[in-house]
Parts: sequence; C-alpha cells; structure tokens
Amino acid sequence: MPLHRRHLIDVADFSRDEFDTVLDTAVSMRQVLDRPIRRVPTLRGKSIVNMFFEPSTRTRVSFELAGKSLSADVVNVAASGSSVEKGESLVDTFHTIQALGADMVIIRHACAGVPDLAARHLDCGVVNAGDGLRGHPSQALLDLFTVREHAGDLEGLKMVIVGDMLHSRVARSDIWAFARMGAHVYLSGPPTVLPPDFGNLLNGDGMVRVEYDLDRAIEGADVVMALRIQKERMAGGLLPDLREYARRWGINPARLRRADRQVLLMHPGPMNQGIEISSDVAYGEQSVITEQVTNGVAVRMAILYLLLTGAH
Amino acid sequence: MAANGTLVIRGGRVIDPSQRLDRVADIVIDDGHVAAIDPPDGQLPLGDPTVVDARGLVVAPGLVDIHAHLRVPGFEYKEDLASGTRAAAAGGFTTVCAMPNTNPVIDSRSVVEYVLEQAAADAVVRVHVLAAISLGQAGEQLVEMGDLSDAGAIGFTDDGIPVASSKLMRHALEYATQLGRPISNHAEDRALTAGTAMHEGLTSMRLGLPGTPRQAEEIMLARDLLLAELTGGRYHCIHVTSGGSVDFIRRAKDRGANVTAEVSPHHLTLTDDLVAGRTEPVSAALPPYDANTKVAPPLREQRDCDALLEALRDGTIDCIATDHAPHALHDKDLEFAHAAVGFTGLETALPLVLTLVHDGRLDLVEAVRRLTVEPARCYDLPGGTLQPGQPADVTVFDPDEEFVVEPSLLLSKGKNTPLAGMPMHGVVHRTFVDGVEVFNRASLEPVGARAG
Repeated sequence: MPLHRRHLIDVADFSRDEFDTVLDTAVSMRQVLDRPIRRVPTLRGKSIVNMFFEPSTRTRVSFELAGKSLSADVVNVAASGSSVEKGESLVDTFHTIQALGADMVIIRHACAGVPDLAARHLDCGVVNAGDGLRGHPSQALLDLFTVREHAGDLEGLKMVIVGDMLHSRVARSDIWAFARMGAHVYLSGPPTVLPPDFGNLLNGDGMVRVEYDLDRAIEGADVVMALRIQKERMAGGLLPDLREYARRWGINPARLRRADRQVLLMHPGPMNQGIEISSDVAYGEQSVITEQVTNGVAVRMAILYLLLTGAH
Repeated sequence: MAANGTLVIRGGRVIDPSQRLDRVADIVIDDGHVAAIDPPDGQLPLGDPTVVDARGLVVAPGLVDIHAHLRVPGFEYKEDLASGTRAAAAGGFTTVCAMPNTNPVIDSRSVVEYVLEQAAADAVVRVHVLAAISLGQAGEQLVEMGDLSDAGAIGFTDDGIPVASSKLMRHALEYATQLGRPISNHAEDRALTAGTAMHEGLTSMRLGLPGTPRQAEEIMLARDLLLAELTGGRYHCIHVTSGGSVDFIRRAKDRGANVTAEVSPHHLTLTDDLVAGRTEPVSAALPPYDANTKVAPPLREQRDCDALLEALRDGTIDCIATDHAPHALHDKDLEFAHAAVGFTGLETALPLVLTLVHDGRLDLVEAVRRLTVEPARCYDLPGGTLQPGQPADVTVFDPDEEFVVEPSLLLSKGKNTPLAGMPMHGVVHRTFVDGVEVFNRASLEPVGARAG
C-alpha cells in the first residue's frame, strides 16, 4: 500500500493505516539490512539533501545510511546556527537547494514549523528530522516499529514516557503515534516540564494520562521510555538539580521491577546515564535502546522509499 | 474637490454616537467644517454644492486610531506616512496616532517634529505622535516629557518593549501628571515572554511553540494599574488581550484610577488556533506556522475574545485601536520563532469589528462609538464627532457589502495579514478629512491631499 504523502512533517495527522504502511515496509527494509550486502538499487538517481541546522549524529547518519542503502545520492549540507545569524534567510537557502536540484530534503532545525516553511518553498519532498519542540516523526515511527517487533499489537499496551515532555519533540511525536495505535500512554515527570494539559493533547482521540508519581505510573507497564534530561533546564528554575531528578524520575532496577516482567526499556538517545536512566538497566536485558538505533535505519529507508516512489 | 466649497453627503444613515445620532440625514459641509445635519432630501444649499450620494450607506465620523505603527523614521521599507495614511483613509480612519518604536526612537523634540513634518508633506489623514517613555526605549531614563509634549506628543509609551522597572513606570506616571498626557505600556512580563512565540495553551503545546501565558500581561498590567492609583497618573491600557486583564481594569476603574483601555480588532475576533493553520474557508486557507498569525501580545482563546467583547460593551474597555503593524515580506517569511510580530491592520479593522455586528454580538452604533469618539477621548483628541462646527472628518461605508481580503490590494506597504482570502463584510466607500475627499473606493486610489 502506498503512502499518499509527499512530505513527512508530523505524525499528528497519521492514520493507523498510514502507520502500518510505514511499519510493514520497514520490515522488508530491515531484511535488506540483515543481508551481507546491505544495498538495493531502489532509489538510484534520486538526490537526498540532509540539512541539519542543529547538531545531530544519530539521526543524520541514520538518514544518510538509509538513503545510501537504497542507492540514493545523499548530500550533507553543513548548516549551523539560525539563518538570521548567518545573514541569509532560510527561505533563500531553500531556493538555493531547489535550484541545485534535490528530490528530497531532510531537515532538522531548532525552530518548530521550519519543515512546513520548507514545504511551502520547495517543490521536492520534505522530511522533518526534528523541528524545535514540535516533532520528530521518524523517531516515533522507529519507536513504534521497535515495540511492534516485540509485542506484535500495540492495542492496549501500557506505555510510560518519563521526563521533560515540554521540551521534547520525541515525546510529542511518540504520544500521537502510540496513542493512535491504541496504546495507553502515561506521562510522568516534574510538573514544571509536564503541564497537566499534556493529558488533553489528543483531545480525547486516544488515551493519554499524566501521572507525576513515577512509581505509580510504571506499575505493570509494557513499555518504558526515558527522555533525555537537558542539563541547561536547571538554570531556568525548571528543576532543582539532577540528583533530585534521578531520585524521583530516574529509571533504575527497583523501579523497573514494578513494570511488567516483559517490559521494554527505551530511550531516544543520547543518554545521561545515572540521571534519567541507570547504567545497569540501560544495558540490561529489558533494554531495546540499541535496537532502536538499528531499526531507525530500516524505518528511515521505508520513509524515503514510500515518499519518493509513492503516488501522491 | 476644494475644501472651501460646499459638500452635501446625502441620504446616508448618519451614526454619530458623540451626539446620540442615528438617523437618515444629509450632512452639509462648508469650508471643511460640518455646517448642519439636515433631514434627508431637503433643499440643497445655494452655491452649487458638491453632492455625495450616500443612500444605503452609513455616514460616520472619521474613525480614530490611537495605536498605529507608521514606521517613520527608520523603517520606511515597512511603511511610510504616505502609504500608512492612505491605508488609514481606505480603512475609514481620518486620525492615526503613530507609535514611537522607530529608529531613531521618537524620544526627542527633533524626531517628533520630523514625523509631524513628514506627515504635513505626505499624509492624507491627521497624524498624531506618541513619544517614548524612556530614552531609546531602554527603560532607564525618562524622556523630556515636557518638551516632547510641547512639540506635540500626545502621550508616552515604550510600546513594543515593556517598561520592566516598576520604579521607572511610577515616575513616568508621576511626571506626566503635570502634562495631562497618558502613559501606556506594552504590558508583558519579559521573564515570562522570553523565547515565546504565541499564546500558551493546548495549541502551543501541540505545535511545540513556547507560549506566553495570559499572566505575562496580567502581572504587568496589574502593576501598572496599581501604580496609576498610587500616583494619580493617567494610564491608558494598550492592546488588552486577556479576560484576566479586563478584571484588573474593571477593578482599577471602580477604585477611581485615571485609566482608559483599548483592544485590537484581532484580539476581539481571532484566536490562537490560527497558528495551527486554517482550512476553512478554502480561499483563506492558512498553513500551520504561518508567521502572519504571529503578533505580540499573542492571539488568545475564545473565552478571552468573549471577555474582551463584554468589556467593550460595558465600557471597561473604552475603545478599539488597530495596533497596525506593517512588515515587509522578508520580516515574516521566516522561522516562526524569528519572524516579526504584528498584523497590518488599518484596512481590516472595520471589517473585523463588523463580524461582531453581523453575528449580533455588537451593536453597529456601539461599534462606531468605540472607533470614533471613545478613542479620541482617551487622548483628548479632536475628531470622532460630526458636531456642527467641527472639522468635517467623515467616513462613508457599507457595513453589509461583501469583499474578499486581498493583501496585494491593500494600500499599506504591509501585506502581513492572517485574513488573506477571507470573505468579510464592510467596505469603506469614501473618506473625508476637513471636507476633502482623501479616499474614494470607486477610483481605487486615494485622491487629493489634505490641505495644509
């Protein structure tokens, strides 16, 4: 089944069928990655431009490998800082990329909405690789994929996301994705970075609950995802200190034992071990954190394949 | 059309709340002044008067805008006095008050005089000037309020930049008491607005855009109102956006503070969900994160619009002011977080207010009152009235006529409106200043120029 989209900007409006389409395609892409020669000619002749206006290793390399595994030409544009600081406007940069010729632009930017701006100015497809606090759709898709590989169906699964929701684009995309697929999503973290309104994010279209007490939230959980805690949040008065955070919201063996025995422990990376996640669980048997990374390439291959070959 | 001839605006519905007038009448204008308001279709005065047929139209005092960014000096690429005042005339305004957040800031006599000279040369409507509260809007040292007042500044504000220091605000209010000029403030607590781009609510959370809570405005407005009480100073609340602010204004007025307040047409009628885009009507579709929805203070929620309207109806909020904030395309076609704030507003103000009239939520006469005599009163300006003997500043409009907002047809240099493609009601046909026609929709170009 094709994906009737030119762009992947947000998963908030994805249907269950669309999620399934990407995940099913990712299964075959994952098989390609398990072969000795991890390359198929599917996107030969297509040009993909990586425009990362924020530092990123994991996501950028993941998209690059995904594109190359499909035989596309992948170019990395070294872009840093805001366009305002550079003097050239972002829109000018888009026009330049357009003129150079690209079939797909993959964008990460510190400002929410930049992929939408790109889609308005570019004739080619746009993939959001993370925009401000708004979304990180490929991460949500790879998280869904990882859980589905283990659990099969997501319907009724108890998913707990722990940490700084307010400043997490991963959380925003994951909440939409998991809730839309039928999971029961529990959010836990300090109230300063988890406003109660997060429980209303979906407007009743899916189950999301805010539970500040992590020990209660984690009870019987099937999936636990710890979010990276940004150390600079302490300065703004949002959190007292890391010690307090680790004690109340850090994932450690004792806490994890309150979850289901088969619980999957996830983290979008990069981790602050000893803060939001203790080292022993990060590499413990319940952890699927490195699987997430591998699956990321397969899911991004699926995204590029569906967007670049689909009927839209 | 000569200012010193006789003009008769015939057969329109004359609405002038300053004299509790709402009836079909002829307005006779002589030598640029209102000479008489006569029963309709009477005998024309002698001397071959010019006759304007206003049958089926509303004839009102020229609208008065006490809050417009005319961008002179320094930002003439966004607006100048010719374009800004033509936009005003096209929107039915015959008086506009220019805000001082220019470059250089309007903080000295010479800059006030420069703007007024430019206005005398280029403007087609009356232009008044507000001056800054602090030198360079830096929030540190008071401007020479006395000298600026003598030069023509009608009030003082650092609009665009909040006066953070309670002490400076206190002294501004105190010092201005000798002059009788109002002080106003961009009331937003900067610690709460830093890094934000829209109203804080469910929409901002969904969009991942850091939001400003209502309390950012309410905290500073409450402070200002308390300082107005303390000092007895005259304080004018600008661009009020939240229901909570309304409560503070109501309380201050009840306690006898010398306070007036304005609300913008957009804060009365538009909400924060516009930032997430608009699909209906199709002609006015907006993509998400369109910076044409970005304004400071931000669009809030329907309950705020409702509270603001109620306050406007009961007089807690005295008047409507456009906060006309024209920008060039390149100021807006940016990352949402980096884009300039504000809407071009002079030409859409009346239609936006009329949406409330058409919904049956605001009486047309009340709407005219809040756009004419009441804003004039906030700064003791002449105008906003058709009293015989007064300068003949008149606007003739059809409150029911439909049109579609087409940014390229706006006379303002600023095409930055979230209303592009929106079908609306309310078309200004003609605008007169001192009895001289300064705008005529039929010719789609402003004609003539204000004498002197």
